Amino acid sequence: MKRLALALAFATLIPAAHAVEYTQIQPDKSAINFVYKQMGVAVDGKFKKFSSTLNFDPAKPAAAKASFDVELASVDTGAPEGDQEVAGKPWFNTKVFPSAKFVSGTVKPLGGNKYEVAGQLSIKGKTQDVVVPATFTAQGNTGIFDGSFTIRRADFSIGEGSWAKFDIVANDVQIKFRITASTK
Amino acid sequence: MASHHYTSTAKALHWLMAALLFGLLALGFYMHDLPLSPEKLQLYSWHKWAGVSAFLLVLFRLLWRVTHRPPALPETMPKLVQFAAHAGHFGLYVLMIAIPLSGWLMSSAKGFQTVWFGVLPIPDLLDKNKEVGDLLQTVHMSLNLLFIAVLAGHIGAALKHHFVDKDDILIRMAPRHSKEK
Repeated sequence: MKRLALALAFATLIPAAHAVEYTQIQPDKSAINFVYKQMGVAVDGKFKKFSSTLNFDPAKPAAAKASFDVELASVDTGAPEGDQEVAGKPWFNTKVFPSAKFVSGTVKPLGGNKYEVAGQLSIKGKTQDVVVPATFTAQGNTGIFDGSFTIRRADFSIGEGSWAKFDIVANDVQIKFRITASTK
Repeated sequence: MASHHYTSTAKALHWLMAALLFGLLALGFYMHDLPLSPEKLQLYSWHKWAGVSAFLLVLFRLLWRVTHRPPALPETMPKLVQFAAHAGHFGLYVLMIAIPLSGWLMSSAKGFQTVWFGVLPIPDLLDKNKEVGDLLQTVHMSLNLLFIAVLAGHIGAALKHHFVDKDDILIRMAPRHSKEK
């Protein structure tokens, strides 16, 4: 009885707690950025175009689903000649592999507003399991997901040939994202 | 008559910087036209490291210059030519300060921080901004073209002193010309 009373109390405090599902991504308030190291110097980049689908109900995080489709040709490496270069064969080879895909698997709540999203990342014909830590902040009927994870570009054959060594461009690339989504 | 000669420190700084700056100029023009490659990125880093080094050297050189009076120009030089010589040297110093500063600011605006020898990060004074970056690239380039022009005058004048006027202006900066002569 006590438990039920408590649950009822919560239900009245947060009337729509289990009905809130964030599904509508707001592209203008979302970003996928990355940081790579060039001779030890961190350089910022970003992808300007991506599409995604999302189903996230804070009350049922385990049922959450997310997928991203990043248009690799929309890359901004920080320099125009860099953008041209990474679209080419040794890097993304965007003619053959125009997009990078992320599909979520299990979503584990870590307590508080922290979550751990396991999923599969596919770039340039190669698929790797990744674990993405993310935080979720609700603001009215919009919610913001923030997180970052690190991939190794060599795992996806990004930067082949003369770029394959890591002395100039490091292997580790940090991916940072901020996804803003609203309820329906 | 020590005042007729430069100190050996001043001479060492002059020739060390001459070699460094010619290297930086040549590297700057060469690397700019290269297609993007690992080598290009490496050369850019080296150019930036060398540029920071040159900037520190010119600061030390200025400090040395104000604390060690250079020898006076020959009395035989007309006042106007003496003025031109001082103005030329002043211009070289201004450019030796302004060029590395413009390069550093350009790097910041373009989003590529300068990290001296890959170890010591030089703070970014400017935020990343493409327009500002492109503008500073033009500034860096223009200052260097001006530097080459003033440098040509500097070298031309030194050679004229040596071969036409036959005075000791060039010789007194020569490494082996000892103070005790």
